[in-house]
Amino acid sequence: MDSLLTVKNLNVSFNTYAGEVKAVRGVSFDLGVKEALAMVGESGCGKTVTSKAVMRLLSRSGGIIKEGSRIEFMGQDILGLSTRELNRIRGSKMSMIFQDSMTSLNPTMTIGNQIMENIFTHEKTTRQKARERAIELLKLVEIPNPETRLKNYPHQLSGGMRQRVMIAIALALNPSLLIADEPTTALDVTIQAQLMDLLRSLKERFSMSVILVTHDLGVVADFADKVQVMYAGTIVERGTVDEIFDSPRHPYTWALLSSIPGRAQESKSKLYSLQGTPPDLLLPLQQCPFAPRCQYCMPICKKAIPKENFLTDTHGVACWLQHPMAPKVTPPAGIGGYDHE
Amino acid sequence: MAKFILKRILYMLVVLFCVITLTFFLVHSIPGDPITSMVQDLPIETRDLYLQKYGFDQPLIVQYVKFIQQLLTGDLGQSLRYPGRQVVDIVANYAPVSGIIGGIALAIGFAVGILLGIIAALNRNRWPDRLVMVLALLGTTIPTFVFAAVLQYVFTVTVPLFPTTGWGTWGHLVLPVACMCVGPLASYARYMRSSVLDITNQDFILTAEAKGVSSFRIVSRHIFRNSFLPCITMICTSIAGIFSGSFIIESIFAIPGLGKYFISAINDRDYSVVLGLNIIFTGTYILSILVCDILLAIIDPRIRIAEEN
Repeated sequence: MDSLLTVKNLNVSFNTYAGEVKAVRGVSFDLGVKEALAMVGESGCGKTVTSKAVMRLLSRSGGIIKEGSRIEFMGQDILGLSTRELNRIRGSKMSMIFQDSMTSLNPTMTIGNQIMENIFTHEKTTRQKARERAIELLKLVEIPNPETRLKNYPHQLSGGMRQRVMIAIALALNPSLLIADEPTTALDVTIQAQLMDLLRSLKERFSMSVILVTHDLGVVADFADKVQVMYAGTIVERGTVDEIFDSPRHPYTWALLSSIPGRAQESKSKLYSLQGTPPDLLLPLQQCPFAPRCQYCMPICKKAIPKENFLTDTHGVACWLQHPMAPKVTPPAGIGGYDHE
Repeated sequence: MAKFILKRILYMLVVLFCVITLTFFLVHSIPGDPITSMVQDLPIETRDLYLQKYGFDQPLIVQYVKFIQQLLTGDLGQSLRYPGRQVVDIVANYAPVSGIIGGIALAIGFAVGILLGIIAALNRNRWPDRLVMVLALLGTTIPTFVFAAVLQYVFTVTVPLFPTTGWGTWGHLVLPVACMCVGPLASYARYMRSSVLDITNQDFILTAEAKGVSSFRIVSRHIFRNSFLPCITMICTSIAGIFSGSFIIESIFAIPGLGKYFISAINDRDYSVVLGLNIIFTGTYILSILVCDILLAIIDPRIRIAEEN
């Protein structure tokens, strides 16, 4: 599969009063054309920072991409581009939708103008043509009465509608890569499902690659081709959807899978919840970051960071349990062979 | 929109009436009366005669009713201290002077303050920001009369560029305007800075960035308009204040403005002038708030739609 995006050894830090917070620590991954990648993990694991780094959207929040990191998109070195060159790619070749649709749209600009702004930024076209394109886009994201909606302001739309508008803006110039940063987190469950259906059909229609950032593994199964599980700024397990859901190897992935609500109902047991909190990213990590919360923790886990170990071409795990000398452990009941249809 | 404005005008009238009533009783509750404050040792009989002539011997409530009746005919009355001088004429003579100084000062303060605020915010924590903030702090904390004295000394004694006091030429305008614009300039700069910083951290700025919008356009289209909104409220209330003038500035520079006149009218217990001026001040104040509301409704769609529903 052709590679669209290559991220190598990505390190992102935030300088705070308390010191340097290493939010992303040496993340590498590839994304092929038309491929959908899901980044999952709990809050603060670096998944959003990684996705923003791809578009170099971190400067406003003070994030610094460290030397030695490499991001290549369609053969271009993203980190070496000038702001001008970068702006030519942003919004046209790759675009992003954000978590909170309530605040992601300018409150004093009509949604029509906000969609058209993207078109005008990248194309020389007439207002009439841009308007027609905007109406077309609103139809595409299934917003009724697009002609009148164009003149609406964000506060006149519901949360789900606003997220649809965000998608319309993102798709205005047929991007090759769409980054969706927790697109459904702020919405209620029924709208979530509708929106994910919409994203899935648009992904096919536009032949886009998609990076879906989420903490909800339930959303992932039907959407993504590949999954990478992140923890404390590193990828702890990656693989195809089948590999992650059918034969997960990392105890953290097990914990995530165990805490999907639907599965607990089936077994009529109490919903699993992982105890503890992720490590403080201010401090240097000298052990497996998950060790303090891991019920399979061994002495070695507290002494050295496990290297990523590839079981197949696609399935990688960074866990000492994969070491030949480690004892064989069985995943918790119900994990593996998870039916994701 | 028409309904919205009509409703506001109705509210205005109610507020105006309350203010008139309140000032009437407050002014009359100040010890003394116009006659005694003019001539101290008047024979009791003569004094009573004067009080009778102006109706001050009657119960306050009767005076109040008479006053309101007179007001309803559109007559603000005439000065007690200077008989024959109509309150309306006083306003017509003195208000423009205060208005010119205050208006120019406010315009300069607003424009420069907003500009400095934006510059400071966009250069956050770098030297332009620190410089502006230090100046703004000085501007808000140093009283106007200190500025006035320093400016007078520097520009009339050390370097005689402008006249010390008086009124009449363009040169007379410079120093009072300079003194008066410092305060608003400093507060607008501080206010605009925090407003811009607030908007800059909003998610929709990130959306614009992700669209590939240039940083200039992000500032001009997305940041400026949204951060300007709260400043409109501020300027509207300031506009109302310019006609009432500044007592301090007008006294220091010997300018024949309303501010000075207003204070002397209070000292003279010149009831009709105090009341008349106060009605006019209140009127312009609530009028400018109305204008401000309408302006905001035009600029901010959220208010507009809320009012329509």
